[in-house]
Amino acid sequence: MKTAVITFPASNCNRDAAVALEKVTGVKPEMVWHRESELPSGIKFVVLPGGFSYGDYLRCGAMASRSPIVKDLVEKANKGLAIAGFCNGFQVLTEAGLLPGALMRNRGLKFVCRPEKLNITNSNSRYTSKYGDVTEVTYPVAHHDGNYYADDDTLNKLEKQGQVIFRYANNPNGSARDIAGICNEAGNVFGMMPHPERAIDPLHGGTDGLGLFKSIIESI
Amino acid sequence: MKAIIHVGLKPGVLDPQGRAISRSLNDLGFEEVAAARQGKVIELDLTGDDSTAAKARVTEMCEKLLANTVIESYRVEIED
Repeated sequence: MKTAVITFPASNCNRDAAVALEKVTGVKPEMVWHRESELPSGIKFVVLPGGFSYGDYLRCGAMASRSPIVKDLVEKANKGLAIAGFCNGFQVLTEAGLLPGALMRNRGLKFVCRPEKLNITNSNSRYTSKYGDVTEVTYPVAHHDGNYYADDDTLNKLEKQGQVIFRYANNPNGSARDIAGICNEAGNVFGMMPHPERAIDPLHGGTDGLGLFKSIIESI
Repeated sequence: MKAIIHVGLKPGVLDPQGRAISRSLNDLGFEEVAAARQGKVIELDLTGDDSTAAKARVTEMCEKLLANTVIESYRVEIED
């Protein structure tokens, strides 16, 4: 299956994402530069990687979300293309309007970098279906602006519609209602601050992240 | 012309940086500081001389890029 990783100036998890995708699909993903105006044909799943795109200028993810390739992604996402954003990629997805809410400065004001326990709150989603009976996973987090915010109406709607996919067991950043990962209404676009792509090899300290990639790839 | 844009967090949105600033001012003896909100100011140099049109254009810039209206509000001033 053909997949792609978008690379922005100062992305730094693009290679981790590529390794994860190759491990699960057996095929090297296309690495797509942010200035491209269109995805290569036949791409079924796209990852927006972590990092500090455009130096986090203005707001995290703000500049990247206005880049030519993201315009194309917005169109294709609305037609059902599967897209996941991790860390900075999640910030890009909210800035692009593909996911509701915004990521703000961590409540404790500190950069948080450690393994974090997460509860799977919707095990039927396209991003978690392969976890089976597993309800708790550990992924690393590494961010300064991961404090998820949305107004109460939006949060209620997310919860009611099963769009909250992961919650923090021990909220590291002040995120509303301990939310760690959400999807859009259609379920094809997903974003989270933690890094599943950094938990795919025993040398990472764990392989809990593999299930997420297997889930979405199998759903396509 | 110049456009001065003030961008800040909406009322009700928690501002952890503002909270740290007010605490720090309290520690320095400025006990009268009850709260602080931190925002940013963006200045644009603009060509043209129609300030009404400029204000409309800058408002569009705020909506499209300069502010994230999920969490931020903005105020535009045009100076000749």
